[in-house]
Amino acid sequence: MYAPRLPRLGTEPAWRDAARRLAAVRPADIDWGWEDADAAFFADPLPEAPTDLTVPKAFPGLVRPLLSERSGRGFALAHALLHRLQAQRGLLSSRADSDVAEAQRIAKEIRRDIHKMHAFLRFREVDAPGPRRAFAAWFEPDHRIEEATADFFVNRFGDMDWRIVTPEVTVTYRDGALDLVATDSLRPEAEDPLEQLWTTYYSNIFNPARLKVDAMRAEMPKKYWRNLPEARAIPDLIAGARAATLKMQQAGPTQPAPQSLRRPARPEPEPAMPDTSPDLFGAPDLPTLAREVEGCTRCPLHAPATQVVFGEGPAAARVMIVGEQPGDREDIAGRPFVGPAGQLFDEVAQAAGLDRGDCYVTNAVKHFKFVQKGKRRIHQKPATSEVNACNWWLGQELRAVDPALVVAMGATALHALTGKGAGLLKRRGGVERTKDGRPVLVTVHPSYLLRLPDPEARARETEAFRRDLARIPDLLAA
Amino acid sequence: MAKMTIQDKLALLSDAAKYDASCASSGTSKRGSRDGTGLGSTTGSGICHAYAPDGRCISLLKILMTNYCVYDCAYCVNRASSNVLRARFTVDEVVWLTTEFYRRNYIEGLFLSSGIIKSSDYTMEEMVRIAEKLRAGGFRGYVHLKTIPEASPELIERAGLVADRLSINVELPTDASVRSLAPEKDPVGIRKAMGKVRLTKEDYAERSFTGRRRAKFAPAGQSTQMIVGADAADDATILGNASRLYGAYGLKRVYYSAFSPIPDSSAVLPLIDPPLMREHRLYQADWLLRFYDFELGEIVTRDAGGMLDLDVDPKLAWALANRDRFPVDVNRAEKAMLLRVPGFGTKIVDRILKARRQGALGLEDIRRMGGRVKAARAFVTAKGHHPSGALDAADLRARFVKPKQMELF
Ligand code: SF4
Repeated sequence: MYAPRLPRLGTEPAWRDAARRLAAVRPADIDWGWEDADAAFFADPLPEAPTDLTVPKAFPGLVRPLLSERSGRGFALAHALLHRLQAQRGLLSSRADSDVAEAQRIAKEIRRDIHKMHAFLRFREVDAPGPRRAFAAWFEPDHRIEEATADFFVNRFGDMDWRIVTPEVTVTYRDGALDLVATDSLRPEAEDPLEQLWTTYYSNIFNPARLKVDAMRAEMPKKYWRNLPEARAIPDLIAGARAATLKMQQAGPTQPAPQSLRRPARPEPEPAMPDTSPDLFGAPDLPTLAREVEGCTRCPLHAPATQVVFGEGPAAARVMIVGEQPGDREDIAGRPFVGPAGQLFDEVAQAAGLDRGDCYVTNAVKHFKFVQKGKRRIHQKPATSEVNACNWWLGQELRAVDPALVVAMGATALHALTGKGAGLLKRRGGVERTKDGRPVLVTVHPSYLLRLPDPEARARETEAFRRDLARIPDLLAA
Repeated sequence: MAKMTIQDKLALLSDAAKYDASCASSGTSKRGSRDGTGLGSTTGSGICHAYAPDGRCISLLKILMTNYCVYDCAYCVNRASSNVLRARFTVDEVVWLTTEFYRRNYIEGLFLSSGIIKSSDYTMEEMVRIAEKLRAGGFRGYVHLKTIPEASPELIERAGLVADRLSINVELPTDASVRSLAPEKDPVGIRKAMGKVRLTKEDYAERSFTGRRRAKFAPAGQSTQMIVGADAADDATILGNASRLYGAYGLKRVYYSAFSPIPDSSAVLPLIDPPLMREHRLYQADWLLRFYDFELGEIVTRDAGGMLDLDVDPKLAWALANRDRFPVDVNRAEKAMLLRVPGFGTKIVDRILKARRQGALGLEDIRRMGGRVKAARAFVTAKGHHPSGALDAADLRARFVKPKQMELF
């Protein structure tokens, strides 16, 4: 019979040493216990530790909390697992095993105890001899978790001196040095003036219309209350809650505060729908259009999108580039052609000798159309009705910029500009006419290139796209 | 009027802040102060330092910088036309309260919000100054700043460099409700601001990836809040809007806040009891959409008028309406289907998948692993268990519905 007795402090290394020596011994032949609890009778000296003891990765994490267990059951259970692991490597992943299940249950209870100590311990300021401020706390944990919790406080309260006193252990942190002593203590009587402010906060952040006492007690059981200064307010808060709510409801609405009536009236918001009658006296200017389009509700696309993405570029641009619609990134940034397709366009345009800054770039549809898939927004091709609705804005842009050449990138743009979008690949490279008679160079949309899975095909198509764009200077000169 | 004490201000400005549901202090960058040069640390999942009698976690000092406000949002206790007492904290007062509370282990940090005074930029800058001052004083705890949507991009950037989390409230589920109940707020402006936060965060992530710049921008991400029950929006609309928000702006959380009666209320809103159960169901549904691969159309159906079932949770409601998909064999079924079993959470499902490799599982095994067997038993087969007729029983739903309790007072 072996009867290892473990110290109140330094428990973990002591258990590890004993457990290594006893790994091969049947659990029934060991009587584990605490040094300060029951003494051992017929104890044999522990054997030498084997050299080749290994454990799975999950073992230390499961076992560490068990060693704080107050009754000593945790030691035995931790050893039983170690012993059985030697023959059954997969043991820990079997939650249905009764030893594993018990270990998990106890470990969970200890972790909760540790967590509650992190949460519910309250410091009070005490006189400090040196330059660092000093604080002290009293806490009554269920288990022997002082060692397991000390580091949390060291890392959190690094610039102050503090002492945590429990009925069995005093933890002192002074000038950056941590010291634990096993010594019996009694609950001190102390106060801190901040406790009144804290209780004020606690009482006012509570919403009496939402009283849920059981939910509070489940997370903050009554046993903690006597060491929580704010808990003294709880009975009154509960007792007054219903009355406070009824009072609010019965009081009913009140008259507006007099000073609020003197507030300057806000300017009327812009009308949601712009005036759609054709402007008989010349082209609208771009800034006006950009302002007007923000309120557009001509089609349903405005609702789920972040914002409208209007065209951008010099009003006197000779080339107008038209894409399909803003994508995820354009929708967030509020600017056209800033997403992956826009970046590809920039690169190819540069290679083709085209300066994006000289062009007016826009889309056939001004709001992002997408479907939500989990957390992602997947781009959707706009419907004909949406393209038609948005055509009003494209028409305005064409009139305002009055470009010498329009470039239709992709079928949607082609449809919006010429009235028919079918057969894009057969029409690409050609020059057609917009509905109002301007020359349109037909090419693909850069996102088409991004979607080609085969790198060779992609390189070939990108080169073709570049050649299309490279024709622009000639077409302008013609 | 006599000068207000800091206690008076705290009472007023925490009371005014309690309608914001967010309390999270989780998921930010790892920090600590064991080097002795500062105060505070962060933990992975945050800590609730107390619970109020409303069952809510108190993790942060949640206050308004001021409850003066030039806006007049009907649902808000601080609206310009309300008769509440007004107060304003100074920068130093907020810094002092935060660090003194923190030193006593009352809180994880600060959640600062504010009414709009003078201008959006002025207000935002005052809030940012508070956070900057905290950081300059060595404070390493958690800081959450409520961002004013109209604030300039420079201020949003400064805010993100000192705060762990930024949030911008969408306020109400639809643009139309925002326009009618919060006439000075602009729903498009709110979305643009959320987009700005996302872009700036991505920008910083990229820059630190290439090693040129190490600063972290809002490491705990951004969140938002929607008030539920102050307008007529149904649950389908609310959840649809929420999933768009998650998708578009990479939000960490959407908070649903049951509209609750406020003192000094406006005539345009009902003084009802807050729809707490509805709020709870929305959180459950939100969870199913994000972590259980449910589609919105499965959770809120046209038949139910676009509303969630208040009597049973949305997962159980789906199972009851789709009984032909059950029973599910716990020893064979794929993960996706196990996740749809009432009573099985993601953790339990992972444990089942692991444990069943060691041998067939019975209901008792699953109970030991932490599965809620009572909810699951009618929907699964397991070693030694078959639901036989239970699935077809006409009263299956009734078995899960708690009898309505009389209100006790
Ligand atoms: S997509 Fe075009 S037509 Fe539709 S709402 Fe947006 S701007 Fe208006």
